[in-house]
Amino acid sequence: MIVRVQSDVFDAGAELNSFAQGRHDIGAVVSFTGVVRDTKGDLQEMLIEHYPGMTQGAISKIVQEAVQRWDLADVLVIHRYGPLKPGAPIMMVATASAHRAAAFEAADFLMDYLKSRAPFWKKEITNDGAAWVSAKDADEDALNRW
Amino acid sequence: MNVVYFAWVRERIGLPQETVTSDAATVNDLIVELIAREERYAAAFADISALRVALDQELSDFDASLAGVREVAFFPPMTGG
Repeated sequence: MIVRVQSDVFDAGAELNSFAQGRHDIGAVVSFTGVVRDTKGDLQEMLIEHYPGMTQGAISKIVQEAVQRWDLADVLVIHRYGPLKPGAPIMMVATASAHRAAAFEAADFLMDYLKSRAPFWKKEITNDGAAWVSAKDADEDALNRW
Repeated sequence: MNVVYFAWVRERIGLPQETVTSDAATVNDLIVELIAREERYAAAFADISALRVALDQELSDFDASLAGVREVAFFPPMTGG
């Protein structure tokens, strides 16, 4: 299980290729990459703030919860902070399991929890100014699925 | 204890962290003390439902005890992922 919190960019393809490599008990690898989206075409950058003393531990706890609930061979979580340009990768999750259902479900679970329970805050810097991204009720509701 | 602020809470209060000497029994009591200090605290804590709190880097509740707590963090709902 690997959890990395970093400002540096990462290569999602390279990460995925080396993830769970050499294991012969894995039949399924699922991954998700979150990318900075510029819906209106006016985003200069997305600034991601985090709580350094808490972030690693909070993500590790979410990963542990996933490992207890699903039969996972490996998990990778990378989450960036700092100023990010449109199109840049923000974070990625990868799960490996013997069968696809566990890998898909665990990745979905991890994404729902990382969104609402990992201490990150996004601020959008646009041509019109800066605004913090609000958490959505739907994101909180999504946790009830689990 | 150390009190830390993130995102717009940090911006409204105007500093990322501070040392607070307080006998507050709970998080709610601490907030009442902070609000009484200055307008910028009142502005940050105007709507508690828009805030979350962590005690010693664990998510907690506003009625939680501060006994033995070294760090209190206030921030808006998280927007990771």
